[in-house]
Amino acid sequence: MSLDIGPLRVRFGDRPGVVNIENLTIADGEIVGLAGESGSGKSMTTLAVLGLARTVGATVEGSIRLNGRELVGLPERDMRQVRGRRIAAIFQSPAMAFNPVFRVGSVASRALRLHGLTGTEAADRMAIGMRQMLLSADLLRRYPGQLSGGQLQRVAIALAIALRAQVLLADEPTSALDVTVQAEVLDLLRGLRATEGMSVLFISHDLAVVAELCDRVAVMRAGVIVEQGEAAQVLAAPTDPYTSDLLAAVPALPPALPGLPPALPGLPPAPPGGLQ
Amino acid sequence: MSLPLLEVSDLAVRFGPVRAVDGLSLRLPAGPFGLALVGESGSGKTTTGRAVLRLIRPAGGAVRFDGADVMRLRGGALRAFRRAAQIVFQDPDGSLDPRMRIGNAVAEPLLAHRLAPRALARERAAELLGEVGLEPALAGRYPHQLSGGQRQRVAIARALSVEPRLLVLDEPTSALDVRAQARILELVGRLRKERRLAYLLITHNFGIVSELCEQTAVLYLGRVVESGPTGELLGRPAHPYTVALRSAVPEIDPQQRRSRVILHGEPPDATNPPPGCVFHPRCPLAIERCRVEVPVLRQVGGPVGPAGSAGAAESAGLADRLVACHRAEEVLAS
Repeated sequence: MSLDIGPLRVRFGDRPGVVNIENLTIADGEIVGLAGESGSGKSMTTLAVLGLARTVGATVEGSIRLNGRELVGLPERDMRQVRGRRIAAIFQSPAMAFNPVFRVGSVASRALRLHGLTGTEAADRMAIGMRQMLLSADLLRRYPGQLSGGQLQRVAIALAIALRAQVLLADEPTSALDVTVQAEVLDLLRGLRATEGMSVLFISHDLAVVAELCDRVAVMRAGVIVEQGEAAQVLAAPTDPYTSDLLAAVPALPPALPGLPPALPGLPPAPPGGLQ
Repeated sequence: MSLPLLEVSDLAVRFGPVRAVDGLSLRLPAGPFGLALVGESGSGKTTTGRAVLRLIRPAGGAVRFDGADVMRLRGGALRAFRRAAQIVFQDPDGSLDPRMRIGNAVAEPLLAHRLAPRALARERAAELLGEVGLEPALAGRYPHQLSGGQRQRVAIARALSVEPRLLVLDEPTSALDVRAQARILELVGRLRKERRLAYLLITHNFGIVSELCEQTAVLYLGRVVESGPTGELLGRPAHPYTVALRSAVPEIDPQQRRSRVILHGEPPDATNPPPGCVFHPRCPLAIERCRVEVPVLRQVGGPVGPAGSAGAAESAGLADRLVACHRAEEVLAS
């Protein structure tokens, strides 16, 4: 499914818009990065697409189309069918997505049943999602506090898979994770596009992460997209000075000395010992 | 090596059955000097930082600061240590009182240590805010009126107010976006020169250590699995875990992007560490020996030859290249 954003304006009261997007398109099966520093309007864009900007007191004007269908101004009852079912979202803190007093699986099951699935269907679909995220279904019996941040984020993605969402809004989903876990989650997101054909809007302040994952990138500053295009091209030859600033801020590893193995010899492709 | 500023030997910290730190040793010379502690969540890096500052009582081992046993300090000597060793936490919100104005927060340690009367402390606070790149006029603001990066600067100014010789920087930038992070790292680099600071930089991201830390220790499950000069360790890691951590750092340049070593699974349960090498359940190179025999931390070769040629580095007073892996030579040679 494609998501077409813009022209879109999000504002608080009479103050100038915090988001002013002329045009941002995520084509079917495409991963698009939305990059910018804190306060640039990335997350407000997510909320606007989800029809949740109102909940923080913002006003949304303009147009957001999902496969050509206008979402701005859609009655809440219809929006509820879109949110979760068609467009799923994961956030920086996966713990916020789960009620700490319920088992992870029961939160997931409830979300799936709200979208019309029976309990059995919900369990089956969740099992598939968990497998795709390389997680043991046993984790569903645990409470959120008993899972690591990386595991919990992957359960949230498994739920999006179970909902058969076609667009995933990923708002800084790896910023709170260790780099090792981040690498794993990025790998899984890549696979998700391959197997599910999911379109992903990936929001991040870190252009290195965007470079690793995204087909195209849009760079946002003060609510305005200052540059967008093919990720490889924008990052290799940015035209906007703000993009260059963001690139310069990415911490760089020293170049590998000659002799650093490209990979460990004999690396097994599958996790040792199967699913966790 | 002359007397180190900080020497941690065989440190052990337990939380009930959890062995958070298990036989860890470190040396930090007097500043300007940076030592990075790198590892995933649960590797014991934060616990080590806190034990060094005597914020947690260890179950075993020793922490020496200027040659004195930190755990035995009392009275004036303890107060002097509390002043000489400061910490900057990951989350500046947790370390700043939301109801205290910035200026007062920075002046507070000066008053607590009776280093300055109130009026002078206020003046010093304004100077310190300038030193960390903040407008002294911000002194009248409350923490919530500042950005995350600004709040972290305030936390640094507050730590510097008592003129410490040792700073523990516990993931000082992981709550910040990359631009704010770059500015904080630049600040640390400037301060280390100007104030001749020695610091432990605790992080999970190898990307931020190379400019700021001469040496790096890689931690896994409360143990040092590899340590040595940062450039060499990052350029030619000898432990498979270091290789994986290094390869996990996202790179903009596709040429620099090496085949990624994805570590599956989580670090093991620290209440019940696996037998043999603690890394073997996740290690792509694990062999039978790794499952039964604990690898000791040992010296490995310098930039060229295999083990045994590291003597030159030792005599030059540099830290040794140490690794705890049965197959380190193969990792280095591959």
